[in-house]
Amino acid sequence: MKNPEKGMTVIVKTITRLTVGLILLYGIYIVLHGHVSPGGGFAGGVIIALSFIHLMLAFGKEVALKKLSLAAASILESLGAIMFLTIALLGFIGGYFFLNFFPHKGEPFELFSAGIIPICNIAICLKVGAGLFAIFAVLILFRGKDENGSL
Amino acid sequence: MEVFSEYILCFILFCIGLYCVLRRRNIIKIVIGLGIIEYAVNLFFVLVGYKEHGRAPILAKGQVVSPMVDPIPQALVLTSIVIGLAITALIVAIAVRIFEKYGTFDITKIRRLKG
Amino acid sequence: MILPFFVVIPLGAAFLISIFGKRIKNFGDILANLGTLSLLAVSLYSIKLVSVHKILVYKIGGWVPPIGICLVLDGLTSFMLVTVSLVSFLVSIYSINYMERYTDKHRFYTLFMLMLAGMNGIIVTGDLFNLFVFLEIASIASYALVAFGTEAEELEASFKYAIMGSVASSFILLGIALLYSFTSTLNMADISRVLSAKPPGMLVNFIAVMFLAGFGLKAALVPFHAWLPDAHPSAPASISAMLSGILIKTLGVYALVRVLFNILGITQGYLTVLMFLGALSLIVAVILALSQWDLKRLLAYHSISQIGYVVLGIGLGTPLGILGGLFHLFNHSVFKSLLFLNSGAIDYAAGTRDLKETGGLAKIMPVTYKTNLVASMSIAGIPPFNGFFSKLIIIIACIEKGHIGYGICAVIGSILTLASFMKVQKYAFGGELKERFRNIKEVPVMMRLSMLILAAICVLGGFMLLPHLKPFLQSAVDVLLSGNGYKDAVFGALK
Repeated sequence: MKNPEKGMTVIVKTITRLTVGLILLYGIYIVLHGHVSPGGGFAGGVIIALSFIHLMLAFGKEVALKKLSLAAASILESLGAIMFLTIALLGFIGGYFFLNFFPHKGEPFELFSAGIIPICNIAICLKVGAGLFAIFAVLILFRGKDENGSL
Repeated sequence: MEVFSEYILCFILFCIGLYCVLRRRNIIKIVIGLGIIEYAVNLFFVLVGYKEHGRAPILAKGQVVSPMVDPIPQALVLTSIVIGLAITALIVAIAVRIFEKYGTFDITKIRRLKG
Repeated sequence: MILPFFVVIPLGAAFLISIFGKRIKNFGDILANLGTLSLLAVSLYSIKLVSVHKILVYKIGGWVPPIGICLVLDGLTSFMLVTVSLVSFLVSIYSINYMERYTDKHRFYTLFMLMLAGMNGIIVTGDLFNLFVFLEIASIASYALVAFGTEAEELEASFKYAIMGSVASSFILLGIALLYSFTSTLNMADISRVLSAKPPGMLVNFIAVMFLAGFGLKAALVPFHAWLPDAHPSAPASISAMLSGILIKTLGVYALVRVLFNILGITQGYLTVLMFLGALSLIVAVILALSQWDLKRLLAYHSISQIGYVVLGIGLGTPLGILGGLFHLFNHSVFKSLLFLNSGAIDYAAGTRDLKETGGLAKIMPVTYKTNLVASMSIAGIPPFNGFFSKLIIIIACIEKGHIGYGICAVIGSILTLASFMKVQKYAFGGELKERFRNIKEVPVMMRLSMLILAAICVLGGFMLLPHLKPFLQSAVDVLLSGNGYKDAVFGALK
């Protein structure tokens, strides 16, 4: 995070250093509480992707790609989808596809309740977050081929 | 007959989006028109679930149960927004590559396939 | 039971190929072909299930409909599943050799399996919004597959296809929103039950027009056909075979007839509109096809025309008409895929698709020549190939109902189709062998194998009307004829 020519001005870079971690934390909060309050996998995934994109916009694409490379994003995305499918297939233990097979469903409005829904939320968050970041990175990278250097 | 002003607004928004897709010459404006069409349809779907004096369909601990608006259209619209995002990403990627191959964003000049 | 596996197997294969396809060599080929082969086996097993049980309903997650989503297996479902699995298996065998010419073969297999998962999902589902989601999955995968070669013309065709397809999907979503506001449920059988209890009004007609516009664009009926002659030639040949062979039938014709016949309840007005659009597609497309010199563009126009036959047959509403329409749907999948695979073989060997430049390929590519001859005779309706039987049934059903004009349209369309394909045979295979084609060889063995199997089905297809094998078609026809009886069957199977 030391390259003063690339990316945006010093003010933006300072604020980004302060807020990127908070945005990531907020996104994780929305994903984990998806079954109690509004939000869930997709909204949380978008916010997590936004934190990485914020990093890319403020500092230039090399810094962001060092944190999460494109190959890693691609693998995370497919991993999220396969996790979701595995959870759905495990429902066959109970007899039906996609069954909520946890025996103790917990109290309503608690964090550990509602069976498989939080785990599905995490899988969706992985897929959406990695996917959005990969889309943005590829579009930026594609344009970056004509002009060398910054965005 | 009641005045369905919110549904008429959605319909006007849909027509504006359709006009954009049909009559604009720049590729990016066509993509924006497609986005407006998707907004209009999603808005219509959410408004379908409205009930008189309903509140947001969220139940917290220890809250008194009162009439709520319909939560099913909200879940369906969430799915539809995700689908719209995927389509927009794909079409923008195709548009960027078209600019690289043809050199222009004008749709009247991108007409190599005819007949 | 087996119903969720129709969606799970292609989805799992798609994402596994996406992770491991680049590292392990040939992983994509093996997994994709295994996947489609297992789908074919399971769909053939489903015919046996339907003949025993008549209708099977699977509740996802154990939630009882109308609260939950259900998957329904009845006669029409198993018919479409067999068609889709057969063509996709043969196309995936063909792609082992054909897609070597393109880069990123594992991404091709990922998109291919995603498209297949979407199509299977549309066929088995019993819930209206679930149908919309799977329709979008299949459509987006096909937009990406049309642009796979990333040449200038392919990108332009894919852009046009994507914009028109998205607008059509918005119309379908608007129709679903209106239907939900009227009936406050999304399950297909439940909507049918509510609609038959309430008095029908103008809203149901408006919803039917929305669905006709949306699904009609996906099926390439005539006022909505403008994307097809650009999109289908630009795709790689195996994808053209999939698009023309099964995608327009699943996303367009199957969804349209499922919604119009079983949910909204068919009336004479809808049938008249379907018949008119079918006959219009027949005539307009086959006239436009006569002047094409690009081989795949000619085949794409003929796709529009043959879908006109299918819609005309189904629009008649009589048992014989619907039998003819559905039989023609199966036949068209087989011979149109074969024709596109042949054009891919010509492209692979000779490097060009323009009919003015090829010639005299009959001696050096014997397998391609003979299978093309079989497919051309099938599509033109020459006995004893399968196209003859289905077209004959449609024409007899037209005259039996009294619409002599539509019958004459069908006959004229058939004659003009024969004219176009005699032109293809003459210019591609007859005549003198040009100098630069002297060294080309026949295509590799996997491509030949899939073309030969499809040609064999073309020859034997007429046997499907024998009394032993006729229940396969007849159960599909009965589902459409029962119309609103769909809801009684589904609710009966739920208890």
